[in-house]
This record gives sequence, C-alpha cells and structure tokens, in this order.
Amino acid sequence: MFTDWLTYDFMRNALMASLLVSVACGVIGTLVVLNRIVFISGGIAHAAYGGVGIAYHLGFDPMIGAIGFSVLSALGMGLAHRRQGQRSDTVIGVMWAIGMAIGIISLSLSPGYKADLMSYLFGSILAVSVVDLWLMALIVVMVMAFVALFYRKLLSLSFDETFSTVRNLAVTPLYLAMITLIGLTVVISMRVVGLIMVIALLTIPPAIANLFLKNMGKIMAAASAIAVVSSILGLMISYLLNLPSGAVIILLLGVFYLLAAMASAVKHQPAR
Amino acid sequence: MSGNPERFSRLLIDLQDVWAGYEADTVLEQVTFKLYEGDFVGLIGPNGGGKTTLIKVILGLVEPSRGQVKVMGLPAKEGRRFIGYVPQIQLDDKAFPISVWDVVSMGRLKSGFGNLKLSKTDKQAIAIALEQTGMEDFANRSINELSGGQRQRVYISRALATEPKILLLDEPTASVDPHATTQIYDLFSKLNQDISILLISHDMTAISTYVKTIGCINHRLVYHNEKALTPEMLAIGYECPIDLIAHGIPHRVLAEHDQEVGHVH
Repeated sequence: MFTDWLTYDFMRNALMASLLVSVACGVIGTLVVLNRIVFISGGIAHAAYGGVGIAYHLGFDPMIGAIGFSVLSALGMGLAHRRQGQRSDTVIGVMWAIGMAIGIISLSLSPGYKADLMSYLFGSILAVSVVDLWLMALIVVMVMAFVALFYRKLLSLSFDETFSTVRNLAVTPLYLAMITLIGLTVVISMRVVGLIMVIALLTIPPAIANLFLKNMGKIMAAASAIAVVSSILGLMISYLLNLPSGAVIILLLGVFYLLAAMASAVKHQPAR
Repeated sequence: MSGNPERFSRLLIDLQDVWAGYEADTVLEQVTFKLYEGDFVGLIGPNGGGKTTLIKVILGLVEPSRGQVKVMGLPAKEGRRFIGYVPQIQLDDKAFPISVWDVVSMGRLKSGFGNLKLSKTDKQAIAIALEQTGMEDFANRSINELSGGQRQRVYISRALATEPKILLLDEPTASVDPHATTQIYDLFSKLNQDISILLISHDMTAISTYVKTIGCINHRLVYHNEKALTPEMLAIGYECPIDLIAHGIPHRVLAEHDQEVGHVH
C-alpha cells in the first residue's frame, strides 16, 4: 500500500520534484529568512502570476512567463529594498498586486478551458513533467554552486551589509545574484505548492531549523531535510486521503513548526 | 594642552571642507578634520548632529556634496580597506545564528573569489584578534548568548582581524554597562599603542578620561588637536547637550544656554 503509488510515472515525477524543490527551498529559504526578505519572496511569487497569464494568452509555456516575471520582479523589488530599506514595502506590495492583476486580466481575455491554471495558484505536483524536472535540477545545481562558492560572503552580507561594503566585497552583485536565485526557486516551488503557499515552503523549514541550530550552513542542511521529509510525507498522505498535495505539505510543515516551537520553549525554559 | 605634539607623523584621514547631507537637508557643513598616526581622537556630539553621517563619509558610504575625503591618501572607497570599522551594536541582530569565531572571520574576507576556506594566516589573525579583546574563550559561543560589552568586543575583534591602520568606532559603549565601559576604554588605550583610533559618541564622560584629543561635532566640527574642550568649541558647544558641557569643563559656564540645546543654525 505504501509502495504501490510509486508504480505510477506521475508519482515518481512528483517524488523527484519534491526532493529537488525541497533542497532549493531549504538553502534559499535560509537566506530569505536571515536577510529578512520574506515579504519580497511573497511578492515575487504573486508577481510571477502576471507572467503565467501573459504566456498563456500568447500561447507559449506558462513556466517561461513565470520565470521572466519572477526574475524581473525579484530584481525590481531587490533594488527597491536596497535603495529604500524598510520603506520599500509599499513598492513591493504594489508590484505584488500589479503582477496578480496582469495575470488575472490576461487569463480572462484568453478563450477556452483554463482549469489547469489554478495549478499555479495552489500547486499541482502530480502534473510535473520531465522538462519541469530538468529545470528544477538545473536551478538546484545553480543554487548549490552559488552558495558553495560564496558561502562566507553571503554570511557576511546577511549578518552585516555595511561592514561587507566597507570591506569592498561586491555587495550589490552578490545581492542581485541572490535575489535572482530566490526568483528562480520561487518559480519551481510554485509547481509543488502553488504561488500562494510558496512563502511557507521557503520560510517554515529554516524557521524550524533556526530554533535549534546556530550556524547558517547547518540551518541550510537541516531546512532542506525538513522540507524533503514534509513534502514526501505530505505527498503520501495526500495520495492516501485524496487531498490536495500542496496544502497537505504546508499543513504538515505548520504542525512541525508548532511542535518544534514548543520543544524549543521547553528546552530554553530557565531551571527552577 | 596639545595631545599629540608630533606633527610629523603620517596623515591617515583627511577631510577638507566637507559638506554632506540627504536631499535638501545638509547634515555636515564645512567639516575639516585630520587624523594622524598615533592619534586617539574622541568626537562628541548630540544625536542628529551628524555623527553617523561623518562616519559614512569617511567610509565612502555617503558622497559629500562638496569637499574632499582622503583615507591613507586614497579616495575613501579605496582607502577604507585600512579602516577597522566597529559599528554600533544593533540589538535587533541578536537573533542571527552565528558564532563568535564566524563573526570575527568576516574580517578576513577579501574582494574577489578565493574565500572558500580560511588559510592558516587567516586563522592565526582571528585567534590573535580574539586574544586582543580577551574573547578567546568565547570563540565557539553563539553571539546571542553574549552581553552588550562582550558583543562589542567581538565587533572590535572583527575589525582587528582586518589588520587595520585605523579603528573607527561608532558609539562603542551605547549598549554596554558602566563597568564594561571602563574595560572597553582600557582596551582602546592598549590598542592605541599600535593603531590610531577615531571614536564618535554622545557619551562625554567616558571619552574625556581616555582619549588623547577631543572635538565636538554638531553639523560643524571643531577640533584642534586639544585634550580639553576649548572656548572655540564652546562657541558651537551650546548646540551640544548640556551634560556634555557639564562633564567636559569644571564649571557650569553654560547653564543659561539650556534653551538652545539642539538649535540648528
């Protein structure tokens, strides 16, 4: 009963997609959380819907539109955040909403049956194609290479940007590369949990890991592991109970977070 | 009263008629300042008097609208590599998961590629920097477990790990208790044997007992390589906070200027 689901091609693809996306989310999500740009990653996910809509309307693969919109909006939001700091939240909110609006209007102008476009909102891991898998693998490789090459600089940039600037560490190119990879990770995560819940897949695993670990690299590894376990477990539960997989994965992560927060509170309780 | 009679020593920081600010708001006016090798200068000034902007100008983070900034004879953006910058402790970075060792190792990062691993030299420099501030036993501790004074020492170690010619300190005792403040200033006096120090603070009490020379910054800068506040400093001094004046000179000469605190011309 627990293995027969693997006989289906689409289930094997789904499993592979969960693994790849989880690893990317664990690593990139840690950077998102430590740099406090959770709001930006939410903005990117929603703005990407504009690309989905336009691509669908013009008749090419919605993934291409999603990639274009998410990378452009990531760079726009990232630059706004660097220029204006906390005050950039308005600009990011505006881009977030405009992207959604463009997507909705483009789709309403497109004739035909559009049910599969709901999958971009809520995820459709069972519809992942082999091409999607290759794209996910490519992005995972890019994320890993980036973090491996620039780990110490990313740590310094995340911890103290001003000090990094004074040390002439090419802060702006590094930041833009990071934000671009966040955009790409958001796109592949959309396939698994949908753009509405991408924020959760990016932030909950590192948040859990951060409760117990005090080292960025260890948090990245643990967050990836937590995401892998949750998404595979969520996939199995959704298959057995016939529930939407994206929502089950996120709900599992939420439950894990609550349990971890309680365990952490008990652990840190002062001795009486 | 001259704190540093050797005017033949090397010029490290040179600000010539610097004006700077944000949009229409001029924060620094006509600032001319020189830091020489061996100096230990304390600049005091009220909040909003341009202390932070002055630091940013020296570090090349803010372009002056007028005037010239040289660090070690170079433009600020190049010369800043000789500056060990110690920022003010921000309590909101408390949650960041990082060890003391990893913070100090940031001082060894260089521009370009090739920062994959710490070299032997890097590790030695980090160990020495930790020893200099007495934090060697805390290397593996998380920065979140430390007190304000200990965190300040870690930031000083990070700056020392860059092997700087100049230490530039922004409010080094802002989140530090009085006992630890004394210890930190003792540390500065010791470090000053090899490194020139410029520190900027609104905390007059600590500064006046330890620094070699003192100046006042409140939009304009008054600094003449003197140990004590001079009459000329007092001319702009009535724009400085009164507790500063009261601690700086023995008599309450400026009591009648109370109302003018914070006045901007």
